[in-house]
Amino acid sequence: MALLEVKDLSMHYWTRKGEVKAVDEVGFSLEKGESLGLVGESGCGKTSMALTLLKLLPENAKILKGHIFFYKEFQPQTANALLGEMVNLVPQKANGRASTLGRLTRIEGEKLLVQPARNGATKAPSPVSFSFSEIAQVGLDLVPLREERMQRVRWKGISMIFQAAMNSWNPVYRVGDQILEAMQTHLPKTSVQQSKKRIAELFQMVGLDPRMMERYPHEYSGGMKQRAVIAMALSCDPELIIADEPTTALDVIVQDKILREMRQIQKQLHMSMIYISHDIAVIAEVSEKIGVMYGGKLVELADTQTIFERPAHPYTKALMSSFPNLKGEKKKLEALPGEPPDLISPPTGCRFHPRCPYATEVCKEKDPVLEVRQPGQVAACWNPLH
Amino acid sequence: MSNPEQTNPVIIETDRSTSLVRIQNLSKTFPVASGFFRKGNSFIHAVDDISFEVGEGEILGLIGESGCGKTTTGKLLVKLETPTSGQVFLKNTHVEVKLPKQKAGVAKATSAKTKAISLVTSDGFADIAHLRGRSLKLFRRNVQMIFQDPYESLNPRMTIYDICAEPLSVQSIGSLMEREARVAELMDLVGLTPPETFLFRYPHELSGGQRQRVAIARAMILNPSFIVADEPTSMLDVSIRTGVMNLMLELREKFKISYLYITHDLAVARYMCDRIAVMYLGKIVEMGQTEDIIQNPQHPYTRALISAVPIPDPSVRRQPMELKGGVTKPINPKPRCRFYERCPMATQRCATSDHPPLEDKGSGHSVACYEV
Ligand SMILES: Nc1ncnc2c1ncn2[C@@H]1O[C@H](COP(=O)(O)OP(=O)(O)OP(=O)(O)O)[C@@H](O)[C@H]1O
Ligand SMILES: Nc1ncnc2c1ncn2[C@@H]1O[C@H](COP(=O)(O)OP(=O)(O)OP(=O)(O)O)[C@@H](O)[C@H]1O
Ligand code: SF4
Ligand code: SF4
Ligand SMILES: [Mg+2]
Ligand SMILES: [Mg+2]
Repeated sequence: MALLEVKDLSMHYWTRKGEVKAVDEVGFSLEKGESLGLVGESGCGKTSMALTLLKLLPENAKILKGHIFFYKEFQPQTANALLGEMVNLVPQKANGRASTLGRLTRIEGEKLLVQPARNGATKAPSPVSFSFSEIAQVGLDLVPLREERMQRVRWKGISMIFQAAMNSWNPVYRVGDQILEAMQTHLPKTSVQQSKKRIAELFQMVGLDPRMMERYPHEYSGGMKQRAVIAMALSCDPELIIADEPTTALDVIVQDKILREMRQIQKQLHMSMIYISHDIAVIAEVSEKIGVMYGGKLVELADTQTIFERPAHPYTKALMSSFPNLKGEKKKLEALPGEPPDLISPPTGCRFHPRCPYATEVCKEKDPVLEVRQPGQVAACWNPLH
Repeated sequence: MSNPEQTNPVIIETDRSTSLVRIQNLSKTFPVASGFFRKGNSFIHAVDDISFEVGEGEILGLIGESGCGKTTTGKLLVKLETPTSGQVFLKNTHVEVKLPKQKAGVAKATSAKTKAISLVTSDGFADIAHLRGRSLKLFRRNVQMIFQDPYESLNPRMTIYDICAEPLSVQSIGSLMEREARVAELMDLVGLTPPETFLFRYPHELSGGQRQRVAIARAMILNPSFIVADEPTSMLDVSIRTGVMNLMLELREKFKISYLYITHDLAVARYMCDRIAVMYLGKIVEMGQTEDIIQNPQHPYTRALISAVPIPDPSVRRQPMELKGGVTKPINPKPRCRFYERCPMATQRCATSDHPPLEDKGSGHSVACYEV
């Protein structure tokens, strides 16, 4: 069952030098309980992607197009809360109807009325009716969602571990109190007592002594601060956590321990995860699927094994062969020529073409789109490796 | 060399054999401020009685977790820090000895000779602590350090040309034209081509990888024999990093340069280094041929470290080794094994004995542990 579906999503930043095309026509989906890793070099748009999913964007940023569907099983009693929003209705499998994207305009008895998007047509299409029993899932589109509504999705639905978050603890408050405050904001119905109990449990879960709740950030080591960040991300029982470089600043032994703990918690709670890292070795260990980004685009997506054994995109292959390995035979690493693309004026056609050993004429002119290479593997390339 | 009166510099040129740098019982402590007014009698033992050699054309890797003393060791080797005790010897160093004034003219020459020779070991190494004046200048030419952060290590107000040519002008080497030619040559060597497109830019107009290449060009311009490279690629992007690593390997091949290659990344160390020294809280706990260390680590800390490295191959399953606690600071360390608190193999003997000595266990693989 899908939890998150991203379709044709573009987000650009406006700067004095021009428009930074940081996320460009990206699409993927994530199942419930699944972990996806996003890899790519510095500046390829990984953090921008994460911030877009949470709509935590700076003022100079704008989502230009696309959808972010956050799916829930349909429950009639919650239908009212979706009234007026853009949704993607997914009918029961057996039913044979197509999923429908549109604004939920009305609830009539046991029926939902959806006004499909106009999509350039001059005449508005007629509303579509679904009976409650026909609907399997409702995907709330986060892109047009108002900020007040979005706040209810953050933390409880999707929470995030920010890049370098361990340095963002406020030094003058106790760590436990900072988590408590976040919980009180997002779960106002939970009592202080209950919340504290929950934080103590979470501390235990991430390997911190619950007594550390009463301590200040400077009494924590780097690894402990990062564990507390993870506890905070878990505090509102999210369905999805986006972890942006969660262990990059940590020493390898601590990193390894924290990653294993996160993996275990994720499985135990049947949570979905999006791990973001430039380190493909880290991603390989924690993710079932890997998405490779290059220059603001998702260029390949497949399960971890396939990415390693049968990459289809030349950049994926280059990325793999530029990492030194601790195991196996020691071999000469191939360096990619050139520099990562400038996202203000990216290369025409395929953004990788100036550095790609397989580039042909078409690559300079036309932008390739994601195509299925084998079941479970998509890649955007005119001359895929298979 | 405490006598300030001086005449007669004596320069001794030493001959070549296989090792280039040798450090002996090197230590560096830093005082720890405790409270506002007290000076405090606590010390961080950042580097604690370590000894090793780096061969000519050899790359020795120094690995370990944050704060274990890698950068401090590197700085001691290039004389950016002064050792608290112990010595750094460098081969082929011109040692200029400042001698006290002599009364009798006849005694002068022989006395000068004895004095000078006492600073150079029998196999021709000179202690860099005694370098002054011209010999120090020559040392600065011969030994270079490349820093981790290419954003901070280059002067933002100087052009790439000036940055690269500066060592030449400091050393008053060459005419203007010769300097220009040499800079262009180096730019070519590090892959910043064509040089004209880079020479008159400023550091902020270059990418991280390009900046690190500039730092390497600058370090190489005086033909050094020894370079301390402190995490030179850890700030760089994957695709760029490989280029810089391959460049450093090529330069070693071409010019027989020796490196002390500091990194916390074991996979990088495996790729770059001939031998590896593993540091833990100021001590070297294991040292040996790279493949020996990676495939057959002996010290419990090295084993834990290697078992924690993620492997970019989903078909490999690791067996991580659990360690208690985390890295601390070596402030007034107890006189026992530095790894004792975290060691899963510690015994009674470890609790009551001094820090174990680094002992050769055969074929140049040394380990500092009672239980190996
Ligand atoms: N607030 C901003 N305004 C303008 N441009 C931005 C802003 N934030 C990021 N960018 C640009 O957008 C692009 C993508 O940046 P992003 O931070 O998403 O990369 P990343 O893949 O997370 O990189 P890293 O691995 O270094 O964290 C870069 O070119 C970056 O310079
Ligand atoms: N100038 C100084 N004054 C006081 N303490 C210092 C100084 N320089 C280093 N230290 C301390 O000495 C120890 C070793 O530091 P060093 O920078 O050599 O470690 P490192 O192995 O290079 O770490 P990293 O991987 O984080 O760069 C640390 O505990 C550090 O805090
Ligand atoms: S589309 Fe062309 S340039 Fe782009 S990755 Fe494929 S072969 Fe290379
Ligand atoms: S000497 Fe003892 S405490 Fe130290 S590493 Fe060896 S077994 Fe562990
Ligand atoms: Mg980022
Ligand atoms: Mg350092």
